Amino acid sequence: MQQYLLHIADNALILGHRLSEWCGHGPALEIDMAMTNISLDLIGQARNMYQYAATLEGDGKTEDDLAYLRDVPEFRNVLLVEQVNGDFANTIARQFLFDTYHYFFQQQLCESQDPQLAAMAEKSLKEVAYHLRWTSEWVIRLGDGTIESKARIQRAFQDLWSFRGELLTPALYETEAVAAGVGVDLGAIKTAVEQKIFNVLDEATLVRPTDGWMHAGGKTGRHSEHLGFILAEMQFLQRAYPNAAW
Amino acid sequence: MVTVSDRHIDAANVQYGAQMKTLERIWEALENVSDPEIPVLSVLDLGVVRSVTLCQDNIELTAEPENKQLCHGASTDQPSSVTIQITPTYTGCPAIGMMAANIRIELLAHGFDKVLVLEVLTPAWTTDWMTASGKQKLLAYGIAPPQNKARIEKMLFDETAVPCPQCASENTACISEFGSTACKSLYRCLDCREPFDYFKCH
Ligand SMILES: [Zn+2]
Repeated sequence: MQQYLLHIADNALILGHRLSEWCGHGPALEIDMAMTNISLDLIGQARNMYQYAATLEGDGKTEDDLAYLRDVPEFRNVLLVEQVNGDFANTIARQFLFDTYHYFFQQQLCESQDPQLAAMAEKSLKEVAYHLRWTSEWVIRLGDGTIESKARIQRAFQDLWSFRGELLTPALYETEAVAAGVGVDLGAIKTAVEQKIFNVLDEATLVRPTDGWMHAGGKTGRHSEHLGFILAEMQFLQRAYPNAAW
Repeated sequence: MVTVSDRHIDAANVQYGAQMKTLERIWEALENVSDPEIPVLSVLDLGVVRSVTLCQDNIELTAEPENKQLCHGASTDQPSSVTIQITPTYTGCPAIGMMAANIRIELLAHGFDKVLVLEVLTPAWTTDWMTASGKQKLLAYGIAPPQNKARIEKMLFDETAVPCPQCASENTACISEFGSTACKSLYRCLDCREPFDYFKCH
């Protein structure tokens, strides 16, 4: 259960952190605000989940311990969310691939037999619906836009496609969470997730990349080199000034 | 908490007269606590206060915002206290902590020194809980109030026309789904040309 909660929280925290790197650098003010709003939603969702995980862990653990005092191999996020921002198209493609998964994931999580998880999912789902709507529109706008924007978003999907598989391949703790009636059966949302991706790619007049070898490992703590740099920045304050608080 | 008997009572019930009066004072006090991001809205307008529980003279009364008169009452041996349940609008909204603090300060000023503010997540906050007067205040403040009942499908696909709070024209366009705070989108009026915030359905 603990691993499962950390997995959900880590996905949201790391992606939220990545998006926050756009703050002040967005291609337009409105886009900048959208990305930082989405970032704020994700970090908020991560906080709720860490708080819950900390209560279950007991021992006086807090959300800050979980976010700031774990090292790379202890993080359970998928590799997709730690990938670099790249250009705007790359960020949109990464976010869209995550949002499609995240939307159907939260929708299923509303059915969890763990009342706290179900409550958090109900809340998150409404936020994620707006995220998915925003990224879908941008994929379509870039894909069905100029020659340049189309080339960039197409290349972004090409580059990130191999990170898609991990989202829908369960780790052991996910299978256990499903068996316990609290987790999301990824097999049950696979078709809906893929259908949504394919529909939007079609509408965006983009070519669907071919499925080939897929990255894996993030869910069990084997991360790309990027995560270390993210943690170095994110955890600096807490590591340099232990127990610093607001 | 010792619950001897649970039953519904109403304001006319003289047995609880004193407690009902106190409860009324609490609701009135809460009307003074505003949303730090949209100061014209009180926490009651916004619908973030989900219940008020008063323990006084061995009686516990709980009332919800939909019907402040109809209460859930029970005997209790708890000392006097006030418990307010609030629910966050957006998961990451930083305003919730400030609202909780302001509720405590306001009630303290009204002589309630034992106040507990609890955050509850379920049922999830929705703009459907915003009061009619809250929507009026928003409009007068220059923010277009939520136009529809909140539905997930609508959040994914809806294209409802949002009237301009300045000139009421429906000839408006969305500039950005995400505005200055998590709860708002940014719009522009194509007639009077004013940009405005829209409090989106949630
Ligand atoms: Zn106008």
